[in-house]
Amino acid sequence: MNSDKITKAVLFSVSILILLLAAGMLYSLVGGSLSAFKTFGLQFIVSGEWDPTYGHEKYGALPFIVGTLITSFAALLISLPLSFSTSLFLGEYYRGTRVARILGILVDLLAGIPSIVYGLWGFYVLRPMLIDLGFGGQGFGIFTASLILAIMIIPYATSLSNEIISMVPNDLKEAAYSLGATRLEVITSVTIPAARSGIVAGYILSFGRALGETMAVTMLIGNTNQVPGGLFDTGNTMASVIANQFGEADGLKLSSLIAIGLLLFLMTGLINAIGKLIIKKMN
Amino acid sequence: MKTFLSLILAVVLFSACQNSAKKAGESGDTSVSLTAAGATFPLPYYNLVFKNYAKVTGNEVTYGGIGSGGGIRSLKDKVVDFGATDAYLNDAQLEEMPGEVVHIPTCMGAVVIAYNLPGVDELKLSDSLLEKIFMGEITRWNDPALKINNEGVSLPDQEILFVHRSDGSGTTHIFSDYMSKVSQKWANEVGTGKSLKWPVGMGAKGNPGVAGTISQTEGAIGYVGSEFAFAQKIQTAKVQNSSGEYIEPSIESISAAAQGEIPADTRVMVTNSSFPAAYPISGFTWIILYKEQAYDDRSEALARGTVEFLDWLVSEDAQAQAAKVNYAPLPETTVQKAKAILRSVTYNGEPLLTE
Repeated sequence: MNSDKITKAVLFSVSILILLLAAGMLYSLVGGSLSAFKTFGLQFIVSGEWDPTYGHEKYGALPFIVGTLITSFAALLISLPLSFSTSLFLGEYYRGTRVARILGILVDLLAGIPSIVYGLWGFYVLRPMLIDLGFGGQGFGIFTASLILAIMIIPYATSLSNEIISMVPNDLKEAAYSLGATRLEVITSVTIPAARSGIVAGYILSFGRALGETMAVTMLIGNTNQVPGGLFDTGNTMASVIANQFGEADGLKLSSLIAIGLLLFLMTGLINAIGKLIIKKMN
Repeated sequence: MKTFLSLILAVVLFSACQNSAKKAGESGDTSVSLTAAGATFPLPYYNLVFKNYAKVTGNEVTYGGIGSGGGIRSLKDKVVDFGATDAYLNDAQLEEMPGEVVHIPTCMGAVVIAYNLPGVDELKLSDSLLEKIFMGEITRWNDPALKINNEGVSLPDQEILFVHRSDGSGTTHIFSDYMSKVSQKWANEVGTGKSLKWPVGMGAKGNPGVAGTISQTEGAIGYVGSEFAFAQKIQTAKVQNSSGEYIEPSIESISAAAQGEIPADTRVMVTNSSFPAAYPISGFTWIILYKEQAYDDRSEALARGTVEFLDWLVSEDAQAQAAKVNYAPLPETTVQKAKAILRSVTYNGEPLLTE
């Protein structure tokens, strides 16, 4: 056999392996969550009741689904102006300069910080700051968690958008300038339209990351297993409740936690699919 | 799940298992390697005494702190020589085990009430106050009911934040067991368990999480495992026991909780002890093993090694080391009961310990 064929065979089998891994994960999630869905039916998704007391156990995923969606959306909204301006600054206004390089490195560095460090910083610095600013109560809750999530996802959205924005062909922009467009006009009518699918992809990627984030959220959200009453109420997310309760869980509770895992898996998949669709439509 | 846990365990204890199998097979060699897994609460104590036992006798004991639930499952699957749990097996759980299981209490711990009120050095809490605070009926520190109970203490006009565990835990089990005993309302609405449906408050992960949140938040109150609180020198409240005394949690007052009648199989929660010097939110932690040790291919040497080790674990020698790592030793009456249980453990029907 020649080396070409061997390489092909190796690459093929490795790709199949990845596919099998994903399928196996889905299979075990479905298998593990069967008993929860059998007991509660679809009620599991829409019920806000989470009562682990032995004897009258009742589990519903709604508090965690709501908590996850609110924190992730809020994080996306908060991070949007910051990351978008930064990527314009890096990819358009100061492209190729030393300032942009240093700032770019710093932004990438943000992405490399482990989430537990964000959690600690949020717990010891951000939370007391919010209390001092009068944001109600003890600083734990949906809002604080969203804020820390926003900071965590900024580098993802920024890096990707920056990359795409700086890839917009110069010819296009120069053509616009030659027609007498101002810089702002070039950005709004040439750069952004040309780069929008990449920018959207960046935000979807960062939204996906916010959905699954665990440690930093657990440390700040307050971990109460009920549907949050507002932005400043305490709550919990899907990833956080699994991390918290998995250790000592068994029986129906374990199955319910796995079912939440399955829902999270499907949710992330769905959001990625929607993202792909948007990108396709835009192109 | 069963296979998943066994797999984890197999990885954790891999080398030890191999040793155990090899050594048990050699005739004439008296040293054995034991494997065990379970509760994380007594982990620091077990680490200390297991190491010392290995030094003295050459018998290695490998312990995996995988949680009480995991300890019970491991014994059920017969992948360990003994398991460890913070909550005794109830009758239904005993029924599910493939053989008769006995409980050996090994040391005691407690759940302390920690709080953060600058300038308040002493806080006395009666059971009705505990009920009202943790059910959310008292929401401010300067509540008249709290003031009456703590004369001479200036309690601030501040909101109470109750911090509980967000993860499942034996600490929560002892705490809620006590609350259910002293408060009918708690028993009806919340109940007992490793994780609960909390009426108020917020959750934090593990003893460090709860203690950290309390220390960072003025006006916070919560419950923490005594072994952690003592090691960290956390400020704790005095809790009223059922004789009406306000007791500060300490090694002595925790041990005192078991100074009363306890059943011969030691399966009892000693919370709300009526002994006057007892701290009321105290409890045992247990080791569980099969009463008939000749199961699967267990050699007699391994079975004998197991019970001899456990007999040493409840002896004065080992118990004296408990306080060093902030656990309370078993009182003498409990030690006698534990020894009696160990003497009922058999190999092919013959007791393994005779004297």
